[in-house]
Amino acid sequence: MEILYAIVALAIIIFSVLTVTTRKILRSATYLLFTLFAAAIVYFMMDYEFLGAVQIAVYAGGIVVLFVFSILLTTHPGSNSEKLANRHVWWGILAAVATAAVTGWALLSRCADLFSSKPEMADYTMQDLGNAMLSTGHGGYLLPFEAVSVLLLACIIGAVVVARKR
Amino acid sequence: MEIKLLYYLVPSLVMFCCGLYGFLTRKNMIAMLISLELMLNAVDINFTVVNRYLFPGSQEGMIFTLFAIAIAAAETALAIAIIINLYRVTKKVDIDEAKQLKG
Repeated sequence: MEILYAIVALAIIIFSVLTVTTRKILRSATYLLFTLFAAAIVYFMMDYEFLGAVQIAVYAGGIVVLFVFSILLTTHPGSNSEKLANRHVWWGILAAVATAAVTGWALLSRCADLFSSKPEMADYTMQDLGNAMLSTGHGGYLLPFEAVSVLLLACIIGAVVVARKR
Repeated sequence: MEIKLLYYLVPSLVMFCCGLYGFLTRKNMIAMLISLELMLNAVDINFTVVNRYLFPGSQEGMIFTLFAIAIAAAETALAIAIIINLYRVTKKVDIDEAKQLKG
């Protein structure tokens, strides 16, 4: 478990840094894919198997493919399509370091919670998840479930309207 | 060695800061969207890990992450539709070129 954790943490850090620093945008999408896989492994390590499967299916299977399609449609493969503007780079580094400093300080000032070890969890089955999604009582999520379905319908219609040929 | 809660939050913090840096510095709109996905995923990891470590009896964080993934997928699809439509008009996907959205 420790070895798996070390690999996953290193993969998240290295590949997310590479995602935002590489010059070729197709490589950026590929590194994003590796980062998303590492996040899925984190979900599996947390014993949320369904969430890890959703992460792989939706992100690695859907979103990254969508990114690659749109990159190939809008840029010439292999070209150094982006020149990073120097004016913005320092603001970006400043914002990132400031965020890391403030959040890191906030983390370290809550030490007692942060060093808790992983407790045992009752097995969360698919049946529990289905009951939670489709019930209205305490711990039920029927309203957000329906809201997401309406949102997806609106998104499909919006994508068709925006992208159709005129 | 036992894996503590903090050990998961640090990679996720690095991931979020990378996403923030990329979102502010990239000119290509698709690259900005990729950075946005990094930030969303860092937040999702935080929700799940805090749920698992501090509140193992309830599943709110996990279910919130499920809904966040669904909404992120919808948002990405719509944003890419807009970007490709913009590319048809201006032949560029740089954020500096996107001064008007009218066809």
